[in-house]
Amino acid sequence: MYSEPVIDMNSASTGKELLAPEKWVELHADYLYKYAMTRINDEDAARDLVQETFLAALEKKEKFRGDSTERTWLTAIIKYKVIDVYRTKANAFTSKDEYGTPPDEAEFFDPDLNNWKKEHWPAPFADNVHDPLHNKEFMSVLQKCLNKLPPLWMSVFKLKHMDDEKTDSICEDLRISTSNFWVIIHRAKVNLRSCLQKNWN
Amino acid sequence: MKKELKTEIERIAYNCRKATLLIEKKQIIELNPREKMELKLHLAGCYICRVYEQQSILINTMVRSLFNSPVNEVKLDEEFKKRLQKMIENKISGRR
Repeated sequence: MYSEPVIDMNSASTGKELLAPEKWVELHADYLYKYAMTRINDEDAARDLVQETFLAALEKKEKFRGDSTERTWLTAIIKYKVIDVYRTKANAFTSKDEYGTPPDEAEFFDPDLNNWKKEHWPAPFADNVHDPLHNKEFMSVLQKCLNKLPPLWMSVFKLKHMDDEKTDSICEDLRISTSNFWVIIHRAKVNLRSCLQKNWN
Repeated sequence: MKKELKTEIERIAYNCRKATLLIEKKQIIELNPREKMELKLHLAGCYICRVYEQQSILINTMVRSLFNSPVNEVKLDEEFKKRLQKMIENKISGRR
């Protein structure tokens, strides 16, 4: 008869992860910094977040249960802080509607007919790039265009397409409705695509 | 009845705003049968939105790979790391 092996949760040999704060800087500081920089693109703010993350982690290190690796745990803490930055930036931004649209946002579609305005027609990207994934220049333009998005759009877009976050939790974290979520995802992409077309050739 | 249907199809055929929204939605969740039909119908007749869709998919792939891109080889400076290390050590010893 098969029976579950008995595991002594208190023994030292359970294979559970342990924290070693004295090694955090060496092992995780660059990773966390890169994590923050990719998402908020502000050197000073990213450094602050790394520092705050270590402090917060030290404060609650008793709560670490070893179910995940040390890095996963630290990443979860910095992620929470990144979302906090997103929220603050979105709140401080003056937008013309509840979607976080900037006042000078271009109208890409005809207001009545809902088709593309001719000056905004998507055109094929330059075909000299066969492998845009490995094209450094394209990537840096993409990065610049991403960072030009209004704060709420950038936050929603990055959480969805970079972190593959669940739609529900994005809506909850950034306090938007599901229907607003779709409008934002749409506007962000239309805008981003247009920026790429303009700035990359 | 027939006339209404025609208007309905026209409404879909020319609505690039709706079609591009559906293109975005489709990359995140499964569209319902009606939305699928609308998008298919629209794309069949709209070259511009077909270009849009292709590029939209490409952009998503690239955003995901931004992580591994050389553009992002950012590192903390050593001075700041030393300060962090000191901060952590002080905290640990303060506790004990």
